[in-house]
Amino acid sequence: MHPAPSVILFSTLSGLGFGFLAFLGWGALTPSGWAAFLLWALGYGLAVAGLLASTFHLGNPKNALKAFTQWRTSWLSREAWTSVATLLLLAPVALSDIFGLGLPRLLGQIGGLLALGTVLTTAMIYAQIKAVPRWHHWLTPVMFLAFALAGGALLSGRAWAPVLLLAVGAVLLAVWRVGDGAFARAGQTMGTATGLDRLGVPSVLDPAHTAGNYLKREMIFVVGRKHAVKLRRIALVLASAAPAVVLLLPLGGWGIALAAALHLAGALSARWLFFAEAEHVVGLYYGARG
Amino acid sequence: MTALPQATQTKLGLVIDLDTCVGCQACVTACKGWNDAGIGLSDQNPYGADPSGTFLNRVHSYQVAIPDAPAQVVTFPRSCLHCDNAPCVTVCPTGASYKRAEDGIVLVNEDACIGCGLCAWACPYGAREMDEAQGVMKKCTLCVDRIYNETLAEEDREPACVRTCPTNARHFGDLADPDSAVSRLVAERGGYDLMPDMGTKPTNKYLPPRKKGPGTASPLAPLLDVKATGIAGWLDRMLGKI
Ligand code: SF4
Ligand code: SF4
Ligand code: SF4
Repeated sequence: MHPAPSVILFSTLSGLGFGFLAFLGWGALTPSGWAAFLLWALGYGLAVAGLLASTFHLGNPKNALKAFTQWRTSWLSREAWTSVATLLLLAPVALSDIFGLGLPRLLGQIGGLLALGTVLTTAMIYAQIKAVPRWHHWLTPVMFLAFALAGGALLSGRAWAPVLLLAVGAVLLAVWRVGDGAFARAGQTMGTATGLDRLGVPSVLDPAHTAGNYLKREMIFVVGRKHAVKLRRIALVLASAAPAVVLLLPLGGWGIALAAALHLAGALSARWLFFAEAEHVVGLYYGARG
Repeated sequence: MTALPQATQTKLGLVIDLDTCVGCQACVTACKGWNDAGIGLSDQNPYGADPSGTFLNRVHSYQVAIPDAPAQVVTFPRSCLHCDNAPCVTVCPTGASYKRAEDGIVLVNEDACIGCGLCAWACPYGAREMDEAQGVMKKCTLCVDRIYNETLAEEDREPACVRTCPTNARHFGDLADPDSAVSRLVAERGGYDLMPDMGTKPTNKYLPPRKKGPGTASPLAPLLDVKATGIAGWLDRMLGKI
């Protein structure tokens, strides 16, 4: 699948933002005054920036409000609801922290769960798609949630954040391991795509069209194997190992900032791979397995 | 509403005969022409170095290696299959994508579409293409604006691709009715679904190419061996020496 920068930024930033908002909602940090304002602003800023980035992916954003209508069937519509509900529900909690209003924490706890629910709905948008075998697996939501939890724990300075960061690494390894065989396991070939397997073994004679089209640009993206291996290493080190080590050094707030920057860079490379390595079965018609 | 109808009484769809299709691309052109005039199907840079355009029907061509028989060329039209269990419909957040309860046609209401592209991702068959100029999703409508259109002559009330196909490789009808011409064709010829394991339950069916026997000699072959005599023979020998 085409690794569109808007979608990569959206899912990475909003995942981190909602993860952090969850920890703030749960009261992992109990800041007050300006400190509270800055922390909540960071959480909201990341989450909203991600949502805004996603609208750049839309061809016709003027209808965006209609995306709230189909929550019964559509994960994308559910995501619209959970994200807005989270942002609204946590607003009084944020105000209470900033102005010391002493609102009961329960609201924050519910908001925190909703924040994770938002991340889950984002992940399900991809995991539901059977035509992309690499995504169509329960490890997809696990990976998205692992990133959100580790990122949130990191930003809120939890002592056990390094453990969650290492867990992200383990999940990434599992995702790659399982994902690499997913297309073959789905069992689709040019033969089943055309039904010509009943006759013999088909291969492309002439392309259906010599110029590019939406399908080829959007769904048939081939990443060099060597690149993928290198990027996986980079993602693993930056998203997981490096920030975990940095957090263990006695660097205080700067350590958290450095670890967060490393983690974000790693998360972005992992998310790039998540799209770039995902092969859509439509590629079979074009003779590309991807 | 992006919930799928429980079951549709009528299932309008196409049956495409891969044995007779010659890959002339007439159906591609007829589809583009009719729908460009109707819903609009934009092209980008059509006469430039890197053209691109929105099409609802594409014709591929494959060579098939067959054990113990000569290889075969198969041309293969690909368009929306109007699936019963259409994943492109249920993923749509706006309700723009829907399946009609009355005849099973899968359509996009462009006034509600946000152009997110998720439905195109969900379709295993690449049947949906985003119109870059309009920013909304396009797909085969089964020429819903022809098949019920009483201002057209009776024989024109079928999809443009079916109407235009010079070899009659495309058939249109109700696949829910076991006695319809299309259903009988599917039964006789062993019509099949594309990628049935994707669970989409397509309405459209494909008829397999018939197996060709071993290669036979051309009836004109004996003529290739004729020895010219007389003046023609003399000319033949002379010219052969030059
Ligand atoms: S018009 Fe008929 S013969 Fe020509 S490509 Fe289309 S289906 Fe095949
Ligand atoms: S062929 Fe694709 S676009 Fe058409 S109904 Fe099936 S899944 Fe939807
Ligand atoms: S592109 Fe349009 S029709 Fe397709 S899922 Fe998005 S809103 Fe629905």
